[in-house]
Amino acid sequence: MLHAAVLLPFLAAFFIPFIYRGVKQVHLGWFVLAVPILLFGYFLTFIKNVLQGVHTLKTFEWIPSLGVNVTLYIDGLGLFFALLITGIGSLVVLYSIYYLNKAEKLGHFYVYLLLFMGAMLGVVLSDNLFVLYTFWELTSISSFLLIGYWYQREKSTAGALKSMVITVFGGLAMLGGFLLMSDLTGTTSIRGIIENADLIVESPLFSFILILVLLGAFTKSAQFPFHTWLPDAMEAPTPVSAFLHSATMVKAGIYLVARLSLVFAGTDLFFLIVSGFGLLTLCWGSYMAVRKTDLKAILAYSTISQLGMIMAMLGFGTKAAILAAVFHILNHATFKGSLFMVAGIVDHETGTRDIRRLGGLFTFMPITATLAFFGAFSMAGFPLPIFNGFLSKEMFFEASLFKHSSPIVESVAPFFPYLAVGGSIFTFIYSVMLFFRTFTGKQRDTLEKQPHEAPIGMLISPMILVALVVIIAIVPDVFGKSLLAPMVDSITGKAVDPHIKFWHGINNTALYMSLAVLVFGTILYLTRTKWEKVYDILPGKMSAAKVFDAFMNGLETGSKKVTNRYMTGSLRHYLVYILTFSVVLLAVSMSVTGGFNLSTDDLAPIAVPEVMIAVVMAVAAFGTIFMNNRIAAILVLGIVGYGLSLLFVFFRAPDLALTQLIVETVTVALFLLCFYHLPDLNKEKTPSRTKVVNWVISISVGVIVTLIGIASHSTKMFEPISEYFIKNSYKLGGGDNIVNVILVDFRGLDTLLEILVLGLAAIGIFTMIKLRPNKKGGNE
Amino acid sequence: MEIIMSVLAGLLFTAGVYMMLQKQILKIVIGTALLSHGAHLFIITMGKLNRGNPPILTEDVTKYADPLPQALILTSIVISFGVTSFLLVLAYRAYQTNGTDNMEKLRGNEHE
Repeated sequence: MLHAAVLLPFLAAFFIPFIYRGVKQVHLGWFVLAVPILLFGYFLTFIKNVLQGVHTLKTFEWIPSLGVNVTLYIDGLGLFFALLITGIGSLVVLYSIYYLNKAEKLGHFYVYLLLFMGAMLGVVLSDNLFVLYTFWELTSISSFLLIGYWYQREKSTAGALKSMVITVFGGLAMLGGFLLMSDLTGTTSIRGIIENADLIVESPLFSFILILVLLGAFTKSAQFPFHTWLPDAMEAPTPVSAFLHSATMVKAGIYLVARLSLVFAGTDLFFLIVSGFGLLTLCWGSYMAVRKTDLKAILAYSTISQLGMIMAMLGFGTKAAILAAVFHILNHATFKGSLFMVAGIVDHETGTRDIRRLGGLFTFMPITATLAFFGAFSMAGFPLPIFNGFLSKEMFFEASLFKHSSPIVESVAPFFPYLAVGGSIFTFIYSVMLFFRTFTGKQRDTLEKQPHEAPIGMLISPMILVALVVIIAIVPDVFGKSLLAPMVDSITGKAVDPHIKFWHGINNTALYMSLAVLVFGTILYLTRTKWEKVYDILPGKMSAAKVFDAFMNGLETGSKKVTNRYMTGSLRHYLVYILTFSVVLLAVSMSVTGGFNLSTDDLAPIAVPEVMIAVVMAVAAFGTIFMNNRIAAILVLGIVGYGLSLLFVFFRAPDLALTQLIVETVTVALFLLCFYHLPDLNKEKTPSRTKVVNWVISISVGVIVTLIGIASHSTKMFEPISEYFIKNSYKLGGGDNIVNVILVDFRGLDTLLEILVLGLAAIGIFTMIKLRPNKKGGNE
Repeated sequence: MEIIMSVLAGLLFTAGVYMMLQKQILKIVIGTALLSHGAHLFIITMGKLNRGNPPILTEDVTKYADPLPQALILTSIVISFGVTSFLLVLAYRAYQTNGTDNMEKLRGNEHE
């Protein structure tokens, strides 16, 4: 049943194209809508079990021999994310029905979306590391497809590519970490790994594993400096941005860190990296968001900064911090989802998302404006008990004041509350700016359309989300007890008091921090034109997007340069590489293994005629080099061949001598035949440096060959097999000529194939001479 | 004797490699021919020289030269002959079609 639930989106995705083609009258989204609603209802039934501490575990054997089985596991953490995915998923599908025109390629859109939904459910419910990784990459791929949905636009494809490169880079690093973890613990199950956490923490590879796994989480969750793909992913249709890039996919990294907290948390390195980068992301994201003028870009940077905040709290690792983190995950999903939908509505109804061209929309779109008001002020953490964002921000401040446990933590932790407040001030500025610059002020007449209120269907989803914002704020305990407590339990391994207070009492640091944010935020918002120039200095040329672009360009041009440098297309260069490499390899291995030795024991006596022939051959061989006349060169080459056949005579090889004689004659004849058509040898004007290189290489090849010859002659390792041929040539082969018996009898296969070679060469020569391309490009 | 022959094989290799590093196709073909001569000489030298009669069974002879390297070289000679003649005709055709026999000028277009 549980497996069927995860499989359902994939199955539905399979049938979508058929429905799309078959049913034209009804918007495809209505059929899709059933899937997440059904799943949401199904996952709701697990709440009771989880509250009682009953966790569901179902296994489907996939590759048992490798320990890779599709094991699904539902505990508080998994269930929460499953509800988030299916719940927001339902709302997003509903919204997309009104957002996307029927003229769009709806079939593609919903297939990708369902694939993503299934993959995301797989990520949060898998208990097996490698199944989790599989689904993880599937979310990267479906996100890639969704960002590039309008593939005719250059920006969409560029954004899709960037997100793919970054998330897959992190995914692969994570796979490395997973492999090490499963190798150390001997299990592929996440629960098994948590049980054996000591083995990982005490292993010398611990920091390596931690960094690899966190690379995966950080790239997916858009943490500094990997956040740069998220703003570019805003080229996707708005429902996608709302679903993937605010509520679900970007929380996969958060999920992973939370899931593996029981393994890593408590170590200083985990604390430093996760909290440090989380806070850095919080500040940088909110700082950058203020500068943006595109609604979705502001929301993208705000997502980055909020994710950083959640990550930082997971890094603190105290119970209060974890509770605040999971509470903020819930809150962020509600208000950020609604804000994206609002941005989509504004875009849809006015034709632009640029806040410099927007303004005064309140009168035209009162409902949308109200929704935006709740979303934005909740995001800002405005201190009123109707905004859930305020509650979680307050808890965040409180968590940042945690007690210090180790010297390293103690040395850096005091700075954290200041960073938290700093980031929150900018969060306040852009949230307020988002609302006021869009919905209040003067109305511009540059808009393409006359703005008007959105259709009611489009407003339902953000309304539900905003209703949740308020409900959560008013009765936080209901959600705390049912959803958050089991989740904190899964993350920390301990039960926690889920009570969420609105009022901390007057004498409370967190409250003063909130007030400071409010005061400084308001002041900075009102004076923003005076300090906006700061942005020309600090991001300037240093933004992560520019670094990424420079890196990718550098990679491309760099590898092109390197390749062009050695792949010159010159035969001589390639020969130089091959020969140099061979010589060096042979020389090194010979000297390293002490392979050279010289023994004069078993040498044949030196005979004068043979030595004379050898001298003639050597002279002739070098003669070919210095001949400037082609006919002379060919004849001198002939001398070498005939000399060789004479040597064969002396070395008791009559068949060889015969063959060599004939072949040499034919070759020389062939050379002479071709010779009329070949150009004359010209004196090459080679630079002397090239000449020296050529000589050095050829001489070292010759020396190596000589050395190998001497060494192998001096090393006798075993008797040759030849006695067998000599004994059995007549007995088995029925012939006196042993060489011939070997050729056609003992080793006849060689001869068969050698005949084939000769035949092929003949056919090749025939074709080369006969078949010529005619002017039309065909053959005559 | 084997040492002298090893040196000769090395010299043939040196000359062959040097020719192969030249630009003209004809020189490269000559280089490959020299290289195969060197290789054949190398093989027969490794089979030990002048140990007994030619490998043809005769009465009253017990010591024969090693027949196996000879069989190998025989195969090799034929193959290198096939390849050399193919190369030669290829050189001829390449010269006819391209109007040059300079390998440096026969690079692909992208290396212009």
